[in-house]
Amino acid sequence: MEPILKIKGLSKTYAGGLEALRNVDLEINRGEIFALLGPNGAGKTTLINIVTGIVRLPAGTVSVDDHDIVRDFRATRSCIGYVPQELPIETFESVWDTCNFSRGLFGKKPNARHVENVLRDLSLWDKKDERIMTLSGGMKRRVLIAKALAHEPTILFLDEPTAGVDVELRQDMWKVVSDLSQDGVTVVFTTQYIEEAERLADRVGVINHGEIILVQEKHRLMSEMGRKQLTLHLQSSLAEVPPQLAQFGLELANEGHDLVYTYDTKGDHTGITSLLAHLHETGIRFNDLETTQSSLEEIFVGLVHQ
Amino acid sequence: MSVNIQAVKAIYRFEMARMFRTVVQSIVAPVLSTSLYFVIFGAAIGSRITEIDGVSYGAFIVPGLIMLSIMTESISNSSFAIYFPKFTGTIFEVLSAPISYFEVMLGYVGAAASKSVIIGSIIFVTANFFVTIDVLHPFVMVLFLVLTSISFCLFGFILGIWADGWEKLTIVPVLVIMPLTFLGGTFYSISMLPETWQKISLLNPVVYLISGFRWSFYENADVSVWLSIGMTLAFLIVCLLTVRWIFVSGYRLRN
Repeated sequence: MEPILKIKGLSKTYAGGLEALRNVDLEINRGEIFALLGPNGAGKTTLINIVTGIVRLPAGTVSVDDHDIVRDFRATRSCIGYVPQELPIETFESVWDTCNFSRGLFGKKPNARHVENVLRDLSLWDKKDERIMTLSGGMKRRVLIAKALAHEPTILFLDEPTAGVDVELRQDMWKVVSDLSQDGVTVVFTTQYIEEAERLADRVGVINHGEIILVQEKHRLMSEMGRKQLTLHLQSSLAEVPPQLAQFGLELANEGHDLVYTYDTKGDHTGITSLLAHLHETGIRFNDLETTQSSLEEIFVGLVHQ
Repeated sequence: MSVNIQAVKAIYRFEMARMFRTVVQSIVAPVLSTSLYFVIFGAAIGSRITEIDGVSYGAFIVPGLIMLSIMTESISNSSFAIYFPKFTGTIFEVLSAPISYFEVMLGYVGAAASKSVIIGSIIFVTANFFVTIDVLHPFVMVLFLVLTSISFCLFGFILGIWADGWEKLTIVPVLVIMPLTFLGGTFYSISMLPETWQKISLLNPVVYLISGFRWSFYENADVSVWLSIGMTLAFLIVCLLTVRWIFVSGYRLRN
């Protein structure tokens, strides 16, 4: 797939000495939904702020749609929409005025129909004449999204868009992101909610200590890195794992009623057949069994703690 | 290089809308305070002061009072216009927009200067209710009005970017601009001062602005009108270059 955003050799050290980004290389494909995961202070916001022009590009190159973000800043910024993590918004303005202001700021001629559609899609149309200061936090976040979409961007950056919003609004946001993607908009978002990335993203990037440590298609990541667990519900509880089964690295759970076997789906042999044979030989009987796959969250935690 | 005219218009409209939304603070307050100066210094005390260079005291102070208002309002409006988005964080949108520093400046400073010209014009009209005013050189008067508005709006813009707290935002107008304005010949001709103080006064750039502006009214001036125009333009150019440096270097705007 053709990349719309190319980042090469990007490094950033703040005046205080904090090294926010270290030689980052990243490509975002046109039309995809990309989730950038990382713990607090990993460099997610700095990365986005450099691409959007808020933070100066210190070292490396960044291009959007083959336009350099410094040399051709008008071309690159025109096609970028950005929703920041905080809620910086003109509290005394009306929803309608602030959206039209954003559209003009990004060089687009007034288009009441487009702004109306954006507000309707975000359930803000009935609030269009209200001052932003009268809106709830969730509504203000919607207004920020509406402002970012007012100039019809082809690539949208959402920095933790659902932080601190209620479940209903979060689901609305997910729908907005899905709809935008279907309309061909490339969406890059950061999130603390792994569930969000698991649900929305086509690809996932993990950043830690300013370095991209992994970029992978979500499904491939989960199948390649995901570990599975086989849990056997025993007929009789065990006080300890029998020595004959030591090679399997089994764990006892549920006060000795469950025997848990963790295996790697990437391996040629999962070892399940052998385990079941050994169980039979040692006379351990079970009533039931189940398997579970590790979530993206577990994969993420595993990666950043490596 | 293309110009993002839509962005300039958006910032300009946004700022002008803010002025009309806060019309009492933006227009009524400066006009009222200047009118009080006319009542006190023009009508009450001015009637007991002799003419200065053939002009009644009430009429003499009109150009200085208009300049006083323009300078303070220009600095106040433009510094607040850029400081408030920095304070609330909404500046991110301007920084991420496809807009050059010149266009940002054009939008903010253009709107603030427009407000100053509007305020100056209203005060001029108001002054006519208190004293009889002649304007011998209307073109020069408008030139000074516009140049001073733009120059001090640029200065305020720089102040708003430099300030990292509300105290800094007010400290320069109160501790620097206000004394310079009051000592710049608003209420007197510097020829009325002892010779030493006359020379010291010439170090005050505001003297040149008020002198030139007053010349456009009555042809009375403390210094040559050309020197006044030259000093005003020099101040304008220094401010423009400073704003350019701020945006190119990212000083206090971009990390």
